[in-house]
Amino acid sequence: MSKPYKILIGLEVHAQLQTNTKLFSGMPTTFGMRPNSQTSPLCIGMPGTLPVMNKRAFELAMKAGLAFDCTLSRFTKWDRKQYYYPDLPKGYQISQYDLPFAEGGAVDITIEEGTKRVRLIRVHLEEDAGKNTHSDKKGGDSLVDLNRAGVPLIEIVSEPDMETPEEAKAYLETVRTLLRDLEVSDCEMQEGSLRCDANVNLHITKPDGTIAKTPIVEIKNMNSIRAVERALYYEADRQYELWQQDGKVMGEAPKQTRGWDDARGVTIPQREKEEASDYRYFPEPDLVPIVIDDAWIERIKAEMGETSGDRIERYKSEYGLSDYNADVLVTKGRAVSDYFEELLAQKVEPKAAANWTINDVLSHAVGRVKTIDDLNPAPKELAELIGMVKGKKLNLNDAREKVLPAMVESGKSAPEISKELGLEVVLDTGAIDAVCDEVINDPKMAKSVDDFKGGKEKAFGALMGQVMRRSQGKFPPDMVTKTLREKLTS
Amino acid sequence: MTLIQESATRLVDQLRAGDVSAEAVTRAFCDRIEAVDDKVKAFLHYDRDAALDQARAIDKKRQSGASVGRLAGLPIAVKDILCAKGMPTTCASKMLETFVPPYDAHVIGRLREEDAVFLGRVNMDEFAMGSSTENSAVASTRNPWNTDCVPGGSSGGSAAAVAACEAPISLGTDTGGSIRQPASYCGIVGLKPTYGRVSRYGLIAFASSLDQIGPMARTVDDAALLLECIAGHDRHDATSANEPVPEYTKEITAPIKGLKVGIVPDHFGEGLDPEVESAVRASLDVLKDQGAELVEIDLPHKKYGIAAYYLVATAEASSNLARYDGVHYGFRAENFDGLIDMYCKTRGQGFGDEVKRRIMLGTFALSAGYRDAYYIKALQVRRLIKNDFDAAFATVDVICAPTAPTPAFKIGEKTDDPLSMYLSDIYTVSTNLAGICGLNVPCGFSKAGLPIGLQIQSPPFGETVAMRVGRAYQQATDWHTKTPSL
Amino acid sequence: MSFSREQVDKVALLSRLELTDEEKDRISQQLGSILDYIEQLGELDTEGVEPLAHCLPIQNVFREDVVEESLSIDEALGNAPKRRDEFFAVPPPIEK
Repeated sequence: MSKPYKILIGLEVHAQLQTNTKLFSGMPTTFGMRPNSQTSPLCIGMPGTLPVMNKRAFELAMKAGLAFDCTLSRFTKWDRKQYYYPDLPKGYQISQYDLPFAEGGAVDITIEEGTKRVRLIRVHLEEDAGKNTHSDKKGGDSLVDLNRAGVPLIEIVSEPDMETPEEAKAYLETVRTLLRDLEVSDCEMQEGSLRCDANVNLHITKPDGTIAKTPIVEIKNMNSIRAVERALYYEADRQYELWQQDGKVMGEAPKQTRGWDDARGVTIPQREKEEASDYRYFPEPDLVPIVIDDAWIERIKAEMGETSGDRIERYKSEYGLSDYNADVLVTKGRAVSDYFEELLAQKVEPKAAANWTINDVLSHAVGRVKTIDDLNPAPKELAELIGMVKGKKLNLNDAREKVLPAMVESGKSAPEISKELGLEVVLDTGAIDAVCDEVINDPKMAKSVDDFKGGKEKAFGALMGQVMRRSQGKFPPDMVTKTLREKLTS
Repeated sequence: MTLIQESATRLVDQLRAGDVSAEAVTRAFCDRIEAVDDKVKAFLHYDRDAALDQARAIDKKRQSGASVGRLAGLPIAVKDILCAKGMPTTCASKMLETFVPPYDAHVIGRLREEDAVFLGRVNMDEFAMGSSTENSAVASTRNPWNTDCVPGGSSGGSAAAVAACEAPISLGTDTGGSIRQPASYCGIVGLKPTYGRVSRYGLIAFASSLDQIGPMARTVDDAALLLECIAGHDRHDATSANEPVPEYTKEITAPIKGLKVGIVPDHFGEGLDPEVESAVRASLDVLKDQGAELVEIDLPHKKYGIAAYYLVATAEASSNLARYDGVHYGFRAENFDGLIDMYCKTRGQGFGDEVKRRIMLGTFALSAGYRDAYYIKALQVRRLIKNDFDAAFATVDVICAPTAPTPAFKIGEKTDDPLSMYLSDIYTVSTNLAGICGLNVPCGFSKAGLPIGLQIQSPPFGETVAMRVGRAYQQATDWHTKTPSL
Repeated sequence: MSFSREQVDKVALLSRLELTDEEKDRISQQLGSILDYIEQLGELDTEGVEPLAHCLPIQNVFREDVVEESLSIDEALGNAPKRRDEFFAVPPPIEK
């Protein structure tokens, strides 16, 4: 049922950069260590300490900016964002305010209708806060762990270009793949190395044709891509119902922040941070600006190798793949396109390699595909299977629906499985001749034979079906067609 | 001359020659501290045994034939704003009364490497905010020349300790005049180096874009010696300059004949004490006698320095001092109702009046609706002030001016009027805003017997030329040889 | 320019400073006169002047991504006003 509104979704994604050390100190960024065991005086905000920027963090951020096709700022700097919270030991977060390192850019997502471009506003660098764990006990102390304080993050801010929760999901998956492929971030939402806040509102078409825009709501606390999708569905319905009740539009109610409660499947209003609106940004005097020149950008580009966009183009032009297939192979991650290219190396024809990879191998993949080894069967094994089909030793349908699942399940080779399942196609032309004769001479089939000879092409199907049935599907269909036609027309 | 009246340079020579032991030198200064510090109140933390232990260890090291540092055995007093591992570092604030840093400031590390002896930690205005050391949460340090007067501030303890011969040399910090003004009030030498010359790592920040650490001593040669030991690049401070460190002690001995000394006529106008004016003018004649050429210049935006300074400095301070919130270290109030109340009570009780006033002013200057009119405007004026100096240094080598408009004032005289206190920095703040170098040398006394100081400003990384002029002046005068009777 | 009691209250909360009534009166008066003095900056036309936040003309100062030794947990928590096990302990941020 189509809804009388359009959803507008903008996402703010925080991704932790894959560095050894924090953004401004030499402390490790390992997840899950003992509380407060990865701190320096700087991480604790001790007086007299000073930040010094991690070069690798900056270069990883540059890679992300280039991958998203952003304009890298020639001059960028740091600012302090000030607020009081126990997980923020300095009383300010070092972030970027008016001169982020990257602006503009876009992420192309693959949706049913094809490819859609989601524009980015900016990408900036900032340090993470620590972790404040609230006591269950009423009035009990909160506990602060500063291991995470100072971990490098990029914040990727999109335009509100997504119109469905599925598009938001596709966007997050694409961003994640790009960042993982470049080894910019491992993007583990469970560990907090990828976090997402959403800004959502509705454009509702009223009966008179005018548009009502609902107030923007920011949703936080979504800890998986699935949660983002669910929260957006919930929030769209909630806003529509609320609008039907109170009719309030943008400007008539303040921007609200709501938290996603995954267990209950609802968004609930969050208490605003006190004076959240006055961060009193000012240039960080302890850090110097960064000037980016062409040579530096070229060096980073060279390290990045082929970009996703370049690879999609190559798949289309060199291998004649469709837009969709080329997009999927690339945007599903480096492991997937590596797998595809490995099939090509095994002399599999490109279109077949693409179809098998997308339609079969990916549907058997379990869990996160990090490397080519996470995809089954191994490309060499699959190439053997594809070769059997091509060599007419196996039916395509049997290969896809019976042999491949059994290979993934058991790890055995394609010939072994097809033998075990008795699926090998018989190539005995004598047997084909015999069965064809048997069918043509069968009195029950006489009418079909006569019809065909009388010019009714349709009758051929019935004869063909009989031959295949009697062969238990083991004859290659094209050979049966050829033999049967020869016998009927001779 | 007794040991405590010797210059640091002479003491280092004697120590190196083996004419005197580090223990004997240290003992002499400890005795002096014990004799006069009840009156001067320069020291916040003083540990005779620890100082003597250090001195004996250095003597042993030297006797063993091991190579020792350039300051081996020389006692030093350190402003209580520089973090030293395992030593209390309080910034003269209740907020940090119990704070013991787990790390050394860069300069403290350098002094350890040079085998200096730490006599103790000296008093200051709380978090370096003040011009009289009356804002210390512990005690008001006295001016050794007249104990009814302030020693200046915020490095009042560092200045008073050297003037009272409780230490041959000390470290201070200068954000708007906090080395030069107390040096002037106490009749000693104080150098505010170029921004970036000395690493700020471990210096508890007041205003990060203005703060610098510098030497305080009785002679320019001593200041050069100490600067040579602490200056230079430090990878822990992104704002520390990667500029080579000259051999100041050698280079400053060059004569000043032919140097162009800039004079700003406006500096000698309204608000300047006549005694200060005549002493400063007389000192200019001394420089002229040595072959320097006096050149009149203009610094058209100088009069806006105090206004711009008190916005930039307090804005940064309001941010730098946000970390003192009772969570991770330092003071926490008792009896509060929830987190925000804990923050407010901790900060309300932990900070003194001046600190609170500046946090309020700085927070206001950065707050929504006022940021452009105050903070950004001040940064624009800062640019104009810096441009003035750049233009001036295109024609002159140094600029000479009074350091402070008056000699030291009486304790309590200005505590109720913060603005008049701020105006005592009128000749010093623009040095920090422009990031250039500024030196105070004693240039006379008032009729009441209070010291007067001459300020010598030089372009960025022009410490050598400022000290050349200062040294030449000291060669021709004897103000620096006088010591107060306590 | 006057600095009203309401402004004092607002800025004090933003600064997380609890002030007594007497302090508020004094600060309101003192900041008022300081701001009056600062008003003189208004005389200057700074249209088009680039704000100067950093005096030092240096840029691109980085460190390498090399792990350094952490403080021990006891060193990290050694100055904490209140600690629980391996954590800093604070009153809960959300009040009842």
